[in-house]
Amino acid sequence: MNDLPQQLASGLILGAMYGLIAIGYTMVYGIVQLINFAHGEIVMFGAFGGLTAWLLLPQGTALALALPVMLVMAVGVSVLVGIGAERFAYRPLRNAPRLAPLITAIGLSIMLQQLIWSFYPDAKKARTFPQFSGDSVELLGANIQRGELFLLIAAPVCMIALGFFVAKTRTGRAMQATSQDPDTAKLMGINTDRIIVTAFAIGAAFGGVAAIAYGLKYGQIDFKIGFILGLKAFTAAVLGGIGNIYGAMVGGVVLGLAESLATAYIEHIPGMELFGGGAWKNVWAFVLLILVLLVRPQGLLGERIADRA
Amino acid sequence: MRHRSLLIITTAVAAGSLTLSACGSRGDDSGGKGGDKSTVTIGLDAPLTGDLSALGQGIKNSADLAVKTANKKQEVDGVTFKLQALDDAAQPASGQQNANKLVADDKVVGAVGPLNSNVGQSMQKVFDKAGMVEVSPANTAPELTQGTDWRTGKKQRPFKTYFRTSTTDAIQGPYAAQYMYNEKKLKKVYVIDDKKTYGKGLAATFKEEFEDLGGKVVGTDHVDPKEKDFTAVANKVAKAKPDFVYYGGEYPAGAPLADQAKKAGLKGPVVGGDALFSAEYVKLAKKNSEGDIASSVGAPLETLDSAKEFTKNYEAAGYKLPYEAYGGYAYDATWSIIQAVKAVAEKNDGKLPEDMNDTREQVVEAMQDVKFDGVSGKVGFDEFGDTTNKQLSLYEVKDGEHKPVKTGTFEEN
Repeated sequence: MNDLPQQLASGLILGAMYGLIAIGYTMVYGIVQLINFAHGEIVMFGAFGGLTAWLLLPQGTALALALPVMLVMAVGVSVLVGIGAERFAYRPLRNAPRLAPLITAIGLSIMLQQLIWSFYPDAKKARTFPQFSGDSVELLGANIQRGELFLLIAAPVCMIALGFFVAKTRTGRAMQATSQDPDTAKLMGINTDRIIVTAFAIGAAFGGVAAIAYGLKYGQIDFKIGFILGLKAFTAAVLGGIGNIYGAMVGGVVLGLAESLATAYIEHIPGMELFGGGAWKNVWAFVLLILVLLVRPQGLLGERIADRA
Repeated sequence: MRHRSLLIITTAVAAGSLTLSACGSRGDDSGGKGGDKSTVTIGLDAPLTGDLSALGQGIKNSADLAVKTANKKQEVDGVTFKLQALDDAAQPASGQQNANKLVADDKVVGAVGPLNSNVGQSMQKVFDKAGMVEVSPANTAPELTQGTDWRTGKKQRPFKTYFRTSTTDAIQGPYAAQYMYNEKKLKKVYVIDDKKTYGKGLAATFKEEFEDLGGKVVGTDHVDPKEKDFTAVANKVAKAKPDFVYYGGEYPAGAPLADQAKKAGLKGPVVGGDALFSAEYVKLAKKNSEGDIASSVGAPLETLDSAKEFTKNYEAAGYKLPYEAYGGYAYDATWSIIQAVKAVAEKNDGKLPEDMNDTREQVVEAMQDVKFDGVSGKVGFDEFGDTTNKQLSLYEVKDGEHKPVKTGTFEEN
């Protein structure tokens, strides 16, 4: 079992990426009770934004130098798409029945995919993303790719920054208030429209960071990556307790570890030989989700709240 | 406001239906009594968009070249050929829709395609019902021509309208197994497939032969080709320490799998079938594709005399994308339909039968006896509709390019 550290590390890295994306779902849901199914595509746009930055930089630029530019571009594109989605797809439906924005979100996600498919050069097949050269780094018995180090640094930095923002700044506290009760918050003089846009923007910014991490990790991106990423991140958000920022991170990590460990070890359990391996990882991830929700319907870190009347 | 939106909708519907009816009454009938020339269409189905579009576009361009060459040379007197290319995006359902569309068009005499074996499976029945010939340049799953029981030796041809110019996985997998075991002297393999018709079959035939030779399979796994994250499987592979990995599947998943397995610590090459034999594979797996091996049907086109003219003409035609792994086979598949049409016309005093159904029926019959020197070598079909040309090659990635390392015909052990 000496590959356990390796599988744990892989699961943790994958989970950190899911978690970063899940934060976008969770924040938006926490404030407007909307499941933004287009969030995966916002991440996908970020990835293409990062790639564009790389292509625009002079050839031969070192990746370490290019990375800040790519990051800024990815986050910028994601935030723009996120704010645009809020302004044009969701705000007009703010007071509509809950189902309407959900359907809009699905429509928006398909539209965003097709935009890249139609207009981004050569995006009909996978595009290669720049990667760090050099050997992997050994850490506590596990090999970590250089590209993955980015994620291991970025995820905690983002979390701490977000935690500080929500707890200490005026806007952060206004966000907490809005998420508890938007109507009362409005009566207290909080500009809820601005708060909602902020939530979208922060979620999208984290998505942009995750997009760069995705590109560096896998070395290729395509117009479809948002779908599975979005689904996994949504699962992570629900697993951790949707609406809870730390829950999103915990849910992501749990999901990543579950996928990694299930692929590696389930087939060694006697009688389960047929159900292990790579093709089954999503099955086990979702079995885990169902089990957790059966025991704790509010998710791992979620609070039990009475349904709004 | 209500009235205005109603007006807009009505206008849109009216405009839409006008456009549609215009399509329906397409009146460019040049066949029949207008002159001696009649035009027939050759249908084509391949993934023109999506992950496998590099291969699909190569097929389309090569078929287009065959049609243009036939028209220029007036290969069939009094008959002009036209190519109608449809996109299946590698989806069986789209392939079947396209097949239905081609069958319903009474200008279409036969079809070239598709690329994927599972798409081929969904199209066979449609063509068979309509009695229209289908020649695939790339389907390699044995059951398409030899029935589902081919492994047990009970070979039975399911559809007499289906032919192919590529050899099957029944020999592609074993050919690679023999090379890896006998010549590369690598005895431990980890076998992975994507559970699709093509990948599963290829991995199974490889595994069987490799074990027969005395090689050891140290592990097997399956991956979902829709994903890009194979790190967990890659870690398992690295832990099992095989001499190499055999992957039954296509390059969009094969390339990241090879990349991630090598990053995780796999020392040997990743070996696979013709669906890894693409420049895209090298592009996506980058440096980690060095040393990887792909088998492909036929001999390397660059080395065949019969192919020199093809490569020259292909370049001269100025297609934007290369002909890729199946270009030569697509050209030969198209050419075989043209030859079958020629045989039918000769049989009927230089004219095609009035009724397209008769033409189609006779083309299917004629196809069985078609023989010519094609781009990929001698083209002809056996009693199952398989090509009689059993040549195979292996290519290794060196300096970022697939270079041929071995070519020959498969010998049973």
